[in-house]
Amino acid sequence: MTGLPPTPAQTVGPFFGYALPFTGGGDIVPISHPDAITVHGYVFDGAGQPIPDALVEIWQADRDGGLTGAPGSLRHDPVDGSVVGRDHVEFTGFARVPTDADGHWAVRTVPPGAHSANATPYLAVAVFARGLLHHLYTRVYLPEHATALSADPALSGLPADRLSTMVAAAERDRRYRFDIRLQGEGETVFLAFE
Amino acid sequence: MSNEPSQRDIDTQIAEQAGRTGLDHPSRDYPAYRSSLLRYPTQALTVIRDPEAVELTGPVFGVTDVTELDHDLTQGGFAEPGGQRITVTGVVKDRQSKPVRGQLVEIWQANAAGRYAHQRDQHPAPLDPNFTGFGRCLTDDEGRYEFTTIRPGAYPWRNHRNAWRPAHIHFSLFGTAFAQRMVTQMYFPGDPLFPYDPILQSVTDPAARERLVATYEHDLSVPEWSLGYRWDIVLDGPAATLFEEDGR
Ligand SMILES: [Fe+3]
Repeated sequence: MTGLPPTPAQTVGPFFGYALPFTGGGDIVPISHPDAITVHGYVFDGAGQPIPDALVEIWQADRDGGLTGAPGSLRHDPVDGSVVGRDHVEFTGFARVPTDADGHWAVRTVPPGAHSANATPYLAVAVFARGLLHHLYTRVYLPEHATALSADPALSGLPADRLSTMVAAAERDRRYRFDIRLQGEGETVFLAFE
Repeated sequence: MSNEPSQRDIDTQIAEQAGRTGLDHPSRDYPAYRSSLLRYPTQALTVIRDPEAVELTGPVFGVTDVTELDHDLTQGGFAEPGGQRITVTGVVKDRQSKPVRGQLVEIWQANAAGRYAHQRDQHPAPLDPNFTGFGRCLTDDEGRYEFTTIRPGAYPWRNHRNAWRPAHIHFSLFGTAFAQRMVTQMYFPGDPLFPYDPILQSVTDPAARERLVATYEHDLSVPEWSLGYRWDIVLDGPAATLFEEDGR
């Protein structure tokens, strides 16, 4: 692609924790929402060890497939200026969660709608970490869409075992497991956009 | 002798990759930055050319997400923070030179002594109770951002023996497309630590590396108040964003 040369990426480093995560960052909808699902998992390195200093961001369509989002993910307390998070009136479509000391992350949201006719819905994911010089993109597809995904022309070049790294596993109680493996066996499919 | 590499070992690894031109971004596989060893994918990225992709849109932010005070990292304490007050400003554009308007810019950094307000930074430099170390703002209609802060200090880290990071400010940026998301670091001109730092040197093309360095601009300095630096940012992203002129 031509045009202005881009500013290079650099790692998020180890010390983003007091700057980027915000209150309620993983709650795109509250757990009490009647359609709420939980998507959660671990981020693993090439030795299979959980990564405690990664940051996961999600961007997604609303239930109707709308991709307009809304401001207000980082609403401020008007008195002391601290970030109190969203009001859950508007659907912002954006989540940001750091991994825990055990490499675990979780978001609560609603299943995304199809963003265009015949599209297979998904959560767009960006992954940042200390040691990762340039962030990575992947997608979370829900297992009920796995069949549609395998026919999706945008990803038709991928073998089934690779494609499956982008499909969450159904657990109990509207809970889905999605692990992100940065390297090695079961390495997650990461995406570039052109 | 420990297994800890020396600066000379790291210099050798940096030299092996130096001058690989034509790459705008760091290679994720960059051995001199030892934390990268187990954290880069070994499979090629899967290229998506779907003009309907969700990633061609992105989250939006507004006045509820940022307060007027958030762009000034020197406010909020009971006194002025230690160190040299600076103003950092610039324009965020996409590769078609279109300004990125109304989008969120976040920064975080060490204080003047090189210490982060993070419990995992335990090196013996003082914390500064009058310095928050993080800020955010929205770009204006011309794509401009501005922060008032303190010039950060260099700090030691454990990549290798006697490893020191050049002074830098971490930046997080959003474009109109999630595929334009960017996290990077801004450096200060003339820092003698540049050649020793594997994170900066991971950008192997000298011209690309230069784009991470702010310029001192005397007209941006405010008398009796702050020194001015300009750092313009160009967000990478898919060509498809070109056709989103009307956006939202
Ligand atoms: Fe840093």
